[in-house]
Amino acid sequence: MNHTPLSSILLVLLGTVIGSFGAVFLKLGAAPLKNGLRYILNWKLGAGVALFVGSSVPFVMGLRHGELSVLYPMAAMTNVWTMIWSKIFFHEPITRGKVGALGMILAGIVCIGLGGR
Amino acid sequence: MSSIPLASKPPQARSSGAPNPIFLVLGCTVFAAAAQVLMKFGAMHPMPGISLSDLSTIPAFVVGLIGNWQLLLGYTMHACNAFLLILALRDGELSMLYPIIALTYVWVSILSMHFFHDNFNWWKGMGIVLVIGGVSLMGITSRRK
Repeated sequence: MNHTPLSSILLVLLGTVIGSFGAVFLKLGAAPLKNGLRYILNWKLGAGVALFVGSSVPFVMGLRHGELSVLYPMAAMTNVWTMIWSKIFFHEPITRGKVGALGMILAGIVCIGLGGR
Repeated sequence: MSSIPLASKPPQARSSGAPNPIFLVLGCTVFAAAAQVLMKFGAMHPMPGISLSDLSTIPAFVVGLIGNWQLLLGYTMHACNAFLLILALRDGELSMLYPIIALTYVWVSILSMHFFHDNFNWWKGMGIVLVIGGVSLMGITSRRK
């Protein structure tokens, strides 16, 4: 079995944090679209797309060394950060249903990762 | 922890006549999965080499890129995915919609078995069932609000 270095895990986790802020900025940039699609060109959406693209850099760097089956499910941590930011920045309710659903989804992604070994 | 109000409108207020954000994100996952499969096909497509220190290699690379329709269609699908996600986030909750994107893992697993003959095993089967179960639970949670 290959060894997954801590640096790879940290790089992938960094990618998930950057990607989660990408989702926050997409949400912020999507709000003006309530007034029409002509507002699609705004800096918040641009920042969101840039953060999503930027998140792939540490992710790919992390994937160079280490097992995909370990690191791929770790990429799903973006979901956890995004739920936390949703509560903090948008005051969205974090219900038991949402947490349970997220738990099932994360467990599923881990299983799919294990199946790819 | 102090909270910073960044959204001026409550996220639950849906634009009149707008489609259900959950269905939009489900559409996103189909586009994202198609994009990943197409980009995998595009990556297998023979491409001329490129060297930034040798500018004469760039035209041949650009022609090769234009001829790689799978790659270009893959990028187009990614753009469609991003557009639908933005439309969904306009009206829906981020904490509810973002986890649904994980359904992409399910479509990619199934499509990879079909197109790339990836083998099926019980871990993948269990993973697919859990992700579909989690997304369904998220949908039920949204209806109960």
